[in-house]
Parts: sequence; C-alpha cells; structure tokens
Amino acid sequence: MSAVGDIVHMYREMRRIRAFEDRLMDLKAGGEVPGSMHLTNGQEAIAVGVASILRPDDYVTATYRGHGWAISRGSDLTGLFAEVMARSGGVNGGRAGSPYFSDASINFLGENSIVGAGVPIAAGAALSAQRHGQGQVSVVAIGDGATNQGAVHEALNLAAALTLPMVLVVENNIYSEMVRIKDMTKIDQLAIRAEGYGIPGVTIDGNDPHLVAAAAAEAVERARRGEGPTLIEAMTQRLVGHHSGDAQHYRPRGEVAEAALDEPLQRIRNAADAALLSELDAVDAEVAAEIERAVDAARATELPDPNTAKDHVYA
Amino acid sequence: MPDATQTISYIQAVQHGLRWSLEALDDTVIFGEDVAVPGGPFGATKNLHRDFGSDRIFDTPISETAFLGMALGAAMTGLRPIAEIMYADFMFVAMDQLVNQIANTRYVSRGTYGAPLVIRTQQGYSSGSCAQHSHSIEAYIAHTPGLRLAVPSTADDAYQMLRAAIVSDDPVVVAEARMLYPTKGEVRLDAPVEPIGGGRITREGADVTVVAWSRMAAAALEAAEELAAEGIDVEVVDPRWLAPLDFDLIAASVRKTGRLVIAHEANLTGGFGAEIAARAAEECFRDLRAPIARVGAPDVPTPAAPALQAVVIPSAADVVSAVRRVVR
Repeated sequence: MSAVGDIVHMYREMRRIRAFEDRLMDLKAGGEVPGSMHLTNGQEAIAVGVASILRPDDYVTATYRGHGWAISRGSDLTGLFAEVMARSGGVNGGRAGSPYFSDASINFLGENSIVGAGVPIAAGAALSAQRHGQGQVSVVAIGDGATNQGAVHEALNLAAALTLPMVLVVENNIYSEMVRIKDMTKIDQLAIRAEGYGIPGVTIDGNDPHLVAAAAAEAVERARRGEGPTLIEAMTQRLVGHHSGDAQHYRPRGEVAEAALDEPLQRIRNAADAALLSELDAVDAEVAAEIERAVDAARATELPDPNTAKDHVYA
Repeated sequence: MPDATQTISYIQAVQHGLRWSLEALDDTVIFGEDVAVPGGPFGATKNLHRDFGSDRIFDTPISETAFLGMALGAAMTGLRPIAEIMYADFMFVAMDQLVNQIANTRYVSRGTYGAPLVIRTQQGYSSGSCAQHSHSIEAYIAHTPGLRLAVPSTADDAYQMLRAAIVSDDPVVVAEARMLYPTKGEVRLDAPVEPIGGGRITREGADVTVVAWSRMAAAALEAAEELAAEGIDVEVVDPRWLAPLDFDLIAASVRKTGRLVIAHEANLTGGFGAEIAARAAEECFRDLRAPIARVGAPDVPTPAAPALQAVVIPSAADVVSAVRRVVR
C-alpha cells in the first residue's frame, strides 16, 4: 500500500494532531497560551483522510476548530505552536492566535472565527481554480452548526450554480457549540440538504480516515472533472468541549467516555495485532519527541515586537 | 483606442473604467447581480459580457454574502475581482464578509495573504427611493481599518478612481453617486493610472472652506456661485477618497480661510463629517475664526415621497445657509 493510504501513516498524522492539542492544553495550564482554543480531539480522521488525497496546490479553508486541518496539510508545528502561544515565530506572528490562523505556504486559506463564513471564501478559491484551469479544488470544512448559517446556504447555492470545484466537508460532531444539532434542525442527516442545491451529498463514518479518504477522493475527482461541488457529512464526536474551558455540563453522563472507545486512534489500536501495536507505540514516541522539539523552538522565538502592531493593515 | 478625452456621462465613465480593467489586467473578473447578460441594472457593464464572455464577467445569485466572500477567496488566490453591490444599502446584508473577512485578511495573515479586490456600488437618494435604497454608507466603510473608500463626484473621477482601485493591492469600496450617473463631463481616457488617495480643490476661495463629496461636491460648487454674488468667496475641497483621507489638503485650506463647513448627504450623527470636524478641531483650532458647521440629512430614514424627501435631503441651499452662519 502506498504511504498515503497506509494505516501507520494515517495513525501518525492523527497522533500529531492529538499530541499537538494535548500539549497546547498543558501550555495553557502553564499560562503560555492566552485566550481560549477550540480543539478537535476525536475528529482527527476527517482532516487526515481528506488531506491524504489532496494535491499540494489545492486550497483548504477551515473553522476555528482548524488546528488539525493545518497540520494535516503540512503546516510547520513550530509556527503553529508559536502562533497559539502568541509569539513572533507564529505562522501569523501572533496576529491570528488559535482560531484564525492561515498559512499561505501550504494554500491554507485559514480558519474562521465566524461560523460558516469560510464557505463563501472557499467558493472564491474555487473560482480561481476554475479560471486557472489546472484542476485545483477548494476544500472547506465546517461544523454541523454552521449548516444553519445563511452564508453556507448562499455559498453552496452559488458554488452549485457556477459549477465550482469545491468540496464542503461537514464535521458533524453532534453538537452545535453547546446544543445538540438534532434540536436545531428537523432533519436527521445534514447531507440531505445537498439535494436542495442540486449537488451530491453523502453521510459517512468520520472516524475512519480511509472511509473519509475514499469519499473525499470521489468528491475531489468530480470537482477536478469540472462537475461541481459535493457535500460530505462526516459523523464523529468531540472528546472535549466546544472551547478549551468548556466543562460540558450539557452532555449526558458517559457520552464522552463511550465516544472515547471508538475515537479514531483508539479504533486503530483496537484492531491492531501485536506487531502493529508495537509499531504504533514507536510512532507515539517519535511524535512526542517531534512535539517537544517544536515547543522548544516556538518558545525560543521572541514575543512580537510592539512596534509592528500597526504593520500590514494596508499593502 | 477611443479619443483621448471624451465628454461622456458618469455611468459611461464607469463602463470605460471596467472595460479598461478587463483589457489591461488578465486576472480581472467582474460579477454581481444582473451585471453580465442584462448589462448592469444601471448600464455600467453594458456590452462587457458580449465582448469578454462568461469567463470574465458573470451573473451571481442574489446572495451578497456569498459573492463578496467569493471575491475575497478569489483575491487571496490570484484573481482581481470587481464585485458589484447593486445598491449600497445591500452592503449591510454582507457586512460580515466586508468587515470581519475582507478587511482583516492582510493584517491577520501578516501580509502573506492580501485582498486586492474592488466592490463597486452606488449610494444616495433618488426620487421615490425608499429607506432601503437611499443610504450613504461612507461612515460605515471608512470606520473599518483595512478598507479603502472612493467617493467619486465627477465623470472623470469615476473613471480615474475606479482604475486606481483596480490596480491597488488593498480592498477598495467605490461608492458611486446614483444621482450623478447622467451628468456629463470630460473624461481623460488615456490618463496614466493614479495611485489611490488625494483630494482636490475644485474652486479656490478666501473666506470659507467647504469640504463636500459625492453628490454634495457639485452642490457645494453651486452654493459657492450663489455666495459669490453676495461677496462671499468660497473654497471647495473634494476629498475624493475618504480612506486614505487627504487631510493635509483640508488643513491647508482651513488655515487659509479660517472657516470650515462640511457637507454630505448622509445623516449627521456619526457621519464622516464628524470625523473631519474633529480632526480640524484638533489640528487647526488656532486657525479657526468661527465654529465648524456641518450639513447633512437629519437623523431620520429617507422617506419615499418626494415631498418628504425635499425636507430631509441636503441641498445647495443648505450649504448656502451653513456658510452664511459661519461667515456672519
């Protein structure tokens, strides 16, 4: 099997995201991260699965729960740590923080702190891709709650009408911030909304990176062929709160513990034989070392120079 | 190439500016509601779809949020979009994309992404226009760091400032004046492309400075002629751009005349006139021989009935009254 589809490769990429965020929580506890964060624990298979089939020149747009999307696309861990730690070495020099960073070096158009607002922007990248004619696609991730935002409806209709090469990935973690999505809409599966825009919509198990990759490959190939957008609803669960300080009192007792038995990393471990388990243990150790090197490098960068606070407002 | 200088209407000047951009810049695309096949609700894009095709100019659904966001994503990835918001009032439908997305892009990415896009719109009242088709939106736009704002008041400026906006690497809102669309003037079609910014003294005078833009720039000139007959010598300054604002030009004029009147069509509270007045008070206080006066609409929505509009829409007569107050 190629490296892209390899289970160890998928596991490693998911572990890098999990370890990055776990380390950020430590750093936050130690006072090294200002503000709140929105972590993606439990949802890593979606970003990793999609990233595994994308080309480097494809565009990706995410939500404020977007650390995993940047990491899966190859953003430098030191730059990401430094950004969330508000240091000058951050990928945006401390101007964006955890919920709003972007990385032009990997065509990551950025996270977005406004629910649903990234979909129109992703449609614009898809317009560029269409016009440039190189077969690029624009992938945009949103949460289940964002499907109720006007911007998402408008942009999906627009992308469909203009046959733009866009793939919308709905990370359905069953909670729309702090309320159940089922209480916020009368439909059981969000993917059926695709029919209203005249585009394909599928609901898949979002905790399996290979299933995600397969669905994404179909949607991306369709977009590259010039056949327009697809909506993929990837079912998953959040193992953590809406934001880093969220105690999740609104979740039923035992829900998170049960979800933890089936989260993407654990699922691979559950099915692994002894040889694979020892390989995965080695991956964990390698990733832990990589994370520590990145944290040290991020810490070594200065705080942002106050004299630059007014830079980059205009060209 | 058309004759170097032609006498054409303001709306034709806009059309020439758009045509220039499609010819000069390969990455320019134009989109909005009714702009392509119908040729634009006011004719600004007439024949452009015929001549440049759907790759360069196309119609969008009635979805301001979606297509302003699309303009941003396209600008971030190598295109130079010109999006048309049909009436400036409809900008409010898409304020998130304008204020939270477009305006922030360069800053939060530390300059690694930019948003070189133009949003064309037209503003102000017209006969029978209701409260949702009459807003003058300049204060909302100028308040937002990261955006540039053009308020052209003549046909030549409509052409020159649109071209300046298109080549700028910043996001620019060009707020045209609907009431001025039929007005004609000489347009220098082969003039070099200007940088953005820079105001103009449109009439020299010694007694009082009137700063006015958009439709009120012409009203100020009309008022100045009337006042000249009374022996009051009015200097008229058209700032042309409210962001970046050429305040040095305004300050120099105030230092010369010692009096300042600011006239705009928008209502007064929090209007851009208040910003100019505040800066003049801060920077030119010792040069002022009279209190600063502002002309604007009262703080009421714009009524549809012309008989009611006549009461609330500022006119040359209102400028005349304000000037008389400050020179008294």
